[in-house]
Amino acid sequence: MTDVGERTFTAPTADTPMEQTSGSDRKRMALVASKGGLDEVFPVLIMATTAAALDWEVGIFCTFYGLDMINEKRMHKLKVSPIGNPAAPPPLKGREMGMPTFLGIIPGMTKMATWMMKGWMSDSKMPDFEEMMAICIDGGVKFYACATTMGVMNVKQEDIMKGATCLGAAAFLDFAADADLALFI
Amino acid sequence: MNDITTDQLLDCSGLLCPMPVVKTSQAIKTIEVGQVLEMVATDPGAPLDMEAWARQTGHPLLKQTAGDGEYRFWFRRTK
Repeated sequence: MTDVGERTFTAPTADTPMEQTSGSDRKRMALVASKGGLDEVFPVLIMATTAAALDWEVGIFCTFYGLDMINEKRMHKLKVSPIGNPAAPPPLKGREMGMPTFLGIIPGMTKMATWMMKGWMSDSKMPDFEEMMAICIDGGVKFYACATTMGVMNVKQEDIMKGATCLGAAAFLDFAADADLALFI
Repeated sequence: MNDITTDQLLDCSGLLCPMPVVKTSQAIKTIEVGQVLEMVATDPGAPLDMEAWARQTGHPLLKQTAGDGEYRFWFRRTK
């Protein structure tokens, strides 16, 4: 498996989406990752790793807060917010915790929610974020950085994970137009 | 179907989606074409997931068993 300690991603250089289109009979999935919470990137990573395991071609367009998952300055510090989520916290070992959601605004609660979620994931033997990214990269999943988000949020090319390609909506739609499945997460 | 010989055993007990599928796809690449991979899982989603994996990848699911919360699958590598 690819070693994905801090800042050591070594993704293969992504081809241009246009070049990938021709001559392949593999199924293709196009994902738009628009959110940057640790709990919000996992559905993206589970779909991507699974599709890669099915021998599908996968491309993920990381846009707006979704860019955080390939921004080396932020990707290893993704958090879970307890604020604004009426489903949080989830039941702890099957028991409702009965915590009012407004308590989420107390300083330190985001850190605690993040720590708790990492604990639940680890107890369930789920790979952590870095391991899931490594499985994606080993499976040939391509990451695309939204050019507009980079401009709006002032993210530099050198901040983007090596191997990810910067492109705009037209180039991604060109890739997605030949996809068998496209999901917005 | 009782004469299936396991060439490699993969234990995915205790692992949740997507890991049984991910590990199976990694393991199938380590055996020779024609050989059989046996996989054990406890994830209740595994039976439908592994049927889908076999259908999508083309490595046939030769046999599956279930009992005591444990699911066993036998796949033949075809390519």
